[in-house]
This record gives sequence, structure tokens and C-alpha cells, in this order.
Amino acid sequence: MGVLDGLKGFRLTFKQIAEPRVTKQYPEEKREKPPRFHGRHVLNRYEDGAEKCIGCELCAAVCPVRCIYVRGKDNPPDSPVSPGERYGFVYEINYLRCIHCDLCVEACPTEAITESKMFEFSFTNREDAIYTKKELLVDDNGMPRQLPWEDWREGEEQLTSAWMRATAPQGDPEFEGVVSWSGELGFGVRPPESGQNKDVEPAEVNHFSLREVAASKILRRYGGEVH
Amino acid sequence: MGLEDLSHNFLTAQLENVVQWARQASMWPATFGLACCAIEMMSAGAADFDLARFGMEVFRASPRQADLMIVAGRVSQKMAPVLRQVYDQMMEPKWVISMGVCASTGGIFNNYAIVQGVDQIVPVDVYAPGCPPGPETLIHAILTLHEKVRNGAITRRDEDAVLLSDGVESTLAVSPQKVRKVSIKSLVRSEQKGE
Repeated sequence: MGVLDGLKGFRLTFKQIAEPRVTKQYPEEKREKPPRFHGRHVLNRYEDGAEKCIGCELCAAVCPVRCIYVRGKDNPPDSPVSPGERYGFVYEINYLRCIHCDLCVEACPTEAITESKMFEFSFTNREDAIYTKKELLVDDNGMPRQLPWEDWREGEEQLTSAWMRATAPQGDPEFEGVVSWSGELGFGVRPPESGQNKDVEPAEVNHFSLREVAASKILRRYGGEVH
Repeated sequence: MGLEDLSHNFLTAQLENVVQWARQASMWPATFGLACCAIEMMSAGAADFDLARFGMEVFRASPRQADLMIVAGRVSQKMAPVLRQVYDQMMEPKWVISMGVCASTGGIFNNYAIVQGVDQIVPVDVYAPGCPPGPETLIHAILTLHEKVRNGAITRRDEDAVLLSDGVESTLAVSPQKVRKVSIKSLVRSEQKGE
């Protein structure tokens, strides 16, 4: 038993010291969110300020946890709130029920409701969790309202989930590779994902898959092939 | 703590700061993973998010050594008495985070087998939304709780939280952030009623 034997036990420790740190220092920085991430909803407007929601209640009907409450009302003829016949008079989402499945976004006929990338929020009482139309509707610049109990970072309001609709409208395989999303969404317009449109460069569409990222990490460390 | 009878002179006021700092800087959670949210809770404790940065890496299996109960997952009716017993066995001061929609409201399990909101059983301090909440959302909830601990009175009881959620001003020291939250919410509500 020599003196150096005690150090043998630290071999792994010393080896790991040189390894890169994996910890994300959350309150200071956030990890990159995947392109299809579902966060807090926003209610969008047209560029002239009119609300997109027409109060059809399809989102409330499709919601599997019944977290959305919508009431439609006829537009006042002299000052219409939305371009259609009706508008969403009451719009509430209970975030203590919402599971962020994005079915409301798929169901919406006017692309009124989309989901942002902001998922870091918590409540100290139940009333805060019920977001009303005042809190969900984007402001005059088309940006979501940032509430004091939410943690917004740069760029998160830009990347909404609306373009998910372009993936498979109505689940019809005939539409594969065809972007049927109107593209007139003033807020959160993005080019299609790679594979949807052959003319688009993958680098242009900000496409990455977590699987590829993980595979590249493994390759860098251990070499070999990852399938 | 035995500090309840102390009045606020210079010494005890500084002592209060130290106690609050100590409480929020080393808050040990009890192991209470019930469902898939527990996977995210473990992930938050593991290397990628590393709750040890907040002095919380030890998930105590014994409730007597824990300060915080993170109810991670849906609570079935059979689990409810167990949960209450674990909460009762924890030493004061103690806090509860309701993690995920199932613990908060029952979520997608709107049926007879699941408790529709864990706040029917224990007083909840912070709710983390999401199904499940990501590690960052859980850490956000934990930081909100830290702020609550740091700004609250050291002898705070949970009745204050009940008072505040009804919009009634509490005379006890509470987080200014929390008061702001309530006032914004009531403002929105009154505006909507006016429409």
C-alpha cells in the first residue's frame, strides 16, 4: 500500500474535471427549445389590429381537459372587433388544466390561437392561473403581454407553434410537402420545416432534431456510428 | 423555531433576515414523486439542471428532515391520506409545491379515482403548470417559493395565503410581488365585468 494508492480512487474524478460542464444555469440562461415546443398561448390579431378570434368555440370543443372557456358574441356593427360576424367575447384558459397539446391551435380556423415558446411560469394562487382575454391577447405591436410571474426571454415570442398546422392539414397524406398554412399570420410567420418543402434550405428553417444533437454529442465523445 | 414571541427590535430584525436566508438557501424536498412529473423532478435534480445550485439536491426519504413537499403527479383517493400524513410528519416550517396539472386540478384525470386538486388536502404555496412541467418550470416555481420565503414573515402561517387569494389585504408581511399579482388580476377582472 503506497501513498499513491489513495489517489487511484480519484482517477475517475480527475478524468471528469476536464470534461465540459452540462449544467444549464437556468435562471441565468435557458436551454434551446425544440422548434415544435408548446408553451403559453397567445391570441393573435391581424395587422390592422382586428382580433382573429371569431368566437366559434372549436378550441373549447376540442380541448381534452376542458381548460378553455369561450363565449362568442355578435360584432357591434359600428366598431367590429373581428372581421367576421362574431368575436370572442370571453376567452379564458386555465393553466392549471392545460396540458399544452396544441389541439386548439390545430382546430382554430383563423389561426387566432397559437402557442409561444414560454413555459417558465408558476402561480402562487389559483386565480392567477386563469388567463383571461386581456392577458392572452397580443398587444398593439403583436407581442404577447408579459406578466410578472412569467419568465420571457429574447425571441421566445417570435417562435410560435402556428406553423405546426402546415405539417399535415386534416391529417391528409395528399398534403405532405405542401404548405397549406395561409402565411398571412402577422405574428410568428416562419418558413416550412425541412421535408415539407423541397426548395427550402434546412439551415434557413432553423431545423434541428434533439436526436441529431444527442447523436452528435455521443459521436464527439465516443466516436463510432449512431443510427 | 421558538422565535414566535420575539418582537422586532434591531437584533431580531437582523436575525429574521438570517433565518429567512437560511431557510431559502437550504430547503430540502421530501421524496414525493407520484407519476410522470417525478421524472421531470429527478431530471431537475440531476446534472443537467442541478438543484444543488439552490442547496436542494437531497431529496429526503424521511419527512422529518424535509422542508418542502413537491407533489409531483396525480394523487389518487387512496394516496390522499398518505400524502396528508407525510405532510403532517414534516417539521414546521414547511412548504408545498403542487407540480403539474394533475396535482393542481386533476388535469386529464377528471374522474372519481383522482383527487381534483391537491390543495383540498394540504395548503399549497406555489403551483407549477404544465403536463409535465419541465425542469425549468419546476425551478421557476422553486424560485418563486424562495422569494416567498425570503420576503415573508418567519412566523407566517398558511392562512395568509388564503386571505390574499380572496383579494383581502393581509396585515402580515408578504411578498410585494404577490400583492402585485393579486392587484393585477382583480384589475383585469373588474375591467372585464365592465364590458
